[in-house]
Amino acid sequence: MTDVVSSPAGVIDKPARRDIGIKRRYRAERRFRAYGIAALSFGLLFLALLLWSVVSKGYTAFQQTMITVPVEFSEQIIDKDNERATDPQKLMTANYPIVARNAVAKALGVAENDTAGLRAVNQMISNGVRGQLRDMVLANPQIIGTTQTVSLLAAGDIDSAFKGQIDLSVTEQNRKISDRQVGWMNQLVEAGALGKHFNTGIFVNGNSSRPEAAGVGVALIGSFYMMLIVLVLSLPIGVAASIYLEEFAPKNRLTDLIEVNINNLAAVPSIVYGLLGLAVFINFMELPRSASLVGGLVLTLMTLPTIIIATRAALKAVPPSIRAAALGLGASKMQTIFHHVLPLAMPGILTGTIIGLAHALGETAPLLLIGMVAFVANYPTTPMDPSTALPVQIYMWANEAERAFVERTSGAIIILLLFLIVMNVGAILLRRRFERRW
Amino acid sequence: MNMLKLSAAALVASVAFAGAAVARDQVQVAGSSTVLPYAKIVAETFAETFPDFKAPVIESGGTGGGLKTFCSGVGEGTIDIANASRAIKKDELEACKAAGVADVQEVRIGYDGIVFAADSSNGDMKITPKDLYTALAAQVVVDGKLVANPHKNWSDVNATLPKGPIAAYIPGSKHGTREVFEEKIMAEGCKEAGATDVIKASITDAKAAAAACVAVRKDGAAVDIDGDYTETLARIAANKTGLGVFGLAFYENNMDKLKVATVSDVVPSTETISSGEYPVSRPLFFYVKKAHLGVIPGLKEYVEFFLSDDMVGPDSPLAEYGLVAAPDAQREEARKAFESGKSL
Repeated sequence: MTDVVSSPAGVIDKPARRDIGIKRRYRAERRFRAYGIAALSFGLLFLALLLWSVVSKGYTAFQQTMITVPVEFSEQIIDKDNERATDPQKLMTANYPIVARNAVAKALGVAENDTAGLRAVNQMISNGVRGQLRDMVLANPQIIGTTQTVSLLAAGDIDSAFKGQIDLSVTEQNRKISDRQVGWMNQLVEAGALGKHFNTGIFVNGNSSRPEAAGVGVALIGSFYMMLIVLVLSLPIGVAASIYLEEFAPKNRLTDLIEVNINNLAAVPSIVYGLLGLAVFINFMELPRSASLVGGLVLTLMTLPTIIIATRAALKAVPPSIRAAALGLGASKMQTIFHHVLPLAMPGILTGTIIGLAHALGETAPLLLIGMVAFVANYPTTPMDPSTALPVQIYMWANEAERAFVERTSGAIIILLLFLIVMNVGAILLRRRFERRW
Repeated sequence: MNMLKLSAAALVASVAFAGAAVARDQVQVAGSSTVLPYAKIVAETFAETFPDFKAPVIESGGTGGGLKTFCSGVGEGTIDIANASRAIKKDELEACKAAGVADVQEVRIGYDGIVFAADSSNGDMKITPKDLYTALAAQVVVDGKLVANPHKNWSDVNATLPKGPIAAYIPGSKHGTREVFEEKIMAEGCKEAGATDVIKASITDAKAAAAACVAVRKDGAAVDIDGDYTETLARIAANKTGLGVFGLAFYENNMDKLKVATVSDVVPSTETISSGEYPVSRPLFFYVKKAHLGVIPGLKEYVEFFLSDDMVGPDSPLAEYGLVAAPDAQREEARKAFESGKSL
């Protein structure tokens, strides 16, 4: 006090000092902005790297090499003794791969007595043609005896070689396809018979040991069922629990303990929920193994803490004045919460739920113990049937030996990312719709 | 209010689901990831050949884990078959019997070879169990004394191996393959290198001496791979002088990227493995719960289909994938043993 009064110079100094301060603070701000931009570009760089590596490896998975040739549905091979009217099994079990092999051999001009050549031709066609041709015949038995132009699935190795994923410059015995097959492949390409087509199989087929016929269909359905179960169970349970804890529960040791536990549970490794699911749902309740119902229940347990924490935060963020106004106008506590507080908290609740769901969508660890990390070829009709999940499918394909599974692994990652983008866009749209500003 | 109604409805629905546990209509299998690709091919072809049955569900998770799940009890909620890349152990079988799985049928499906390969940029490699033991053992004998492994480069051990520091990617202890590696390479090499006697002189307990023989060095030169062969392949691609352990089937699918080593001058192939010339191979099995035969639709048919020559014969899809077919007599014997219902 005395200093300021006794020294007028100090008063003059003051504005000058303030100027220096402003410069310094502006510099600090600019520095901080630079840090921010650096951090952001660091993140973006890795996002771009991730997307680039996945997309550059995976985009080819959406195209599948097919061999389009006229196929003769020879009665000699399919139904030699003309028994199809009396024995429907006949058409189911006929030797369709031979039909396909003969068609390609004919297109290539391989002689009928060239056994080694025919075997090599057979290796160029996927074994999946059995199902493909069988479905054609079963749908329309009239085609037996006629010749139809059919696009046959090429074998996985031919697919990889045609897409340039197998190094053809190494010596013949060091690769899976022979020089003769490479020659045939080029011959078919020149004739316009071999080419890439859009791969619908990767979306609709179940898993398969043959890469060319493998798809994420079963995994998509499994993931969809699980998300449905998680949403239907965890949203109401989570919201009910958090409303009670936030609005009704007394503040005492017990509720403090519950709160600590919920926060703890959110950080528990997901494999622990798998162990719990195995013990409770499969061993005690005797629900079937590998079923998406059990997967959904386990993921519900895993998602609940996230939803409860997000919902409580959203409820806390509603201004007390809203509650006071509602109560002041004579609304009951229940009416206050359900008519005023909850609608305002909805955007936050939805965001938390979607984050929880997205997290659950990407989980494999808890599914391992309940038998969902499995090879499942048949479509599940109900959530009680065995199925698998998208991340599990990615994990299983990543472990496959065949080259053609490499691109399919990345392809499946792209599908999973699309799934996530759809969910997040949904969340943003819902939030926009419910958002209220004051 | 709506929220409460919704949650009540959801709870009721989940309980109703739980009550409606219907009879299982497909076979459930779990176990070894080595057997998994073969089982997948069989399961898929099975469903195509027998349209009345659904394709079996095949979980992976390792031999030990599969047998544990298998031995948890009898009933629709438990699996029917455990795939294994080694024979069931005595204590595992006892645990099975204690849990009520009285009759377990053992089925041997064929053989799997284990190969040693480096990146394709390397030259021809010739190795012996002794070389690998000398390069990878925790302790080796130098001048009659047991010392910590002093070897740093592959060239200290064998001139045909890649030029550079020793780096080997071997299967982790959860894999059945590790046991074969220890038994057929480390223990064998230990004997060939003459280390057995020195170890026995210093360690009296026979079990501890055998363990010392197969102990792998922990200084970073030998890396345990707990993932699958794809991880080993990635490590080899990153380290051109590294040597990796692969299954024969995996190697055959990636021949353009890998250079395989001969073991004791034998080139690994289905022929040399089935004749027993190639030293590092092992039988593959699966175990069937007898109580489930005739209860689970398709179980008996699946096993019979698996054992047919169309599947495990020398000219079958499994052989094409890399399974080494058992000799004719053994295949016939396996079929007969299953037919007669012989259990362990």
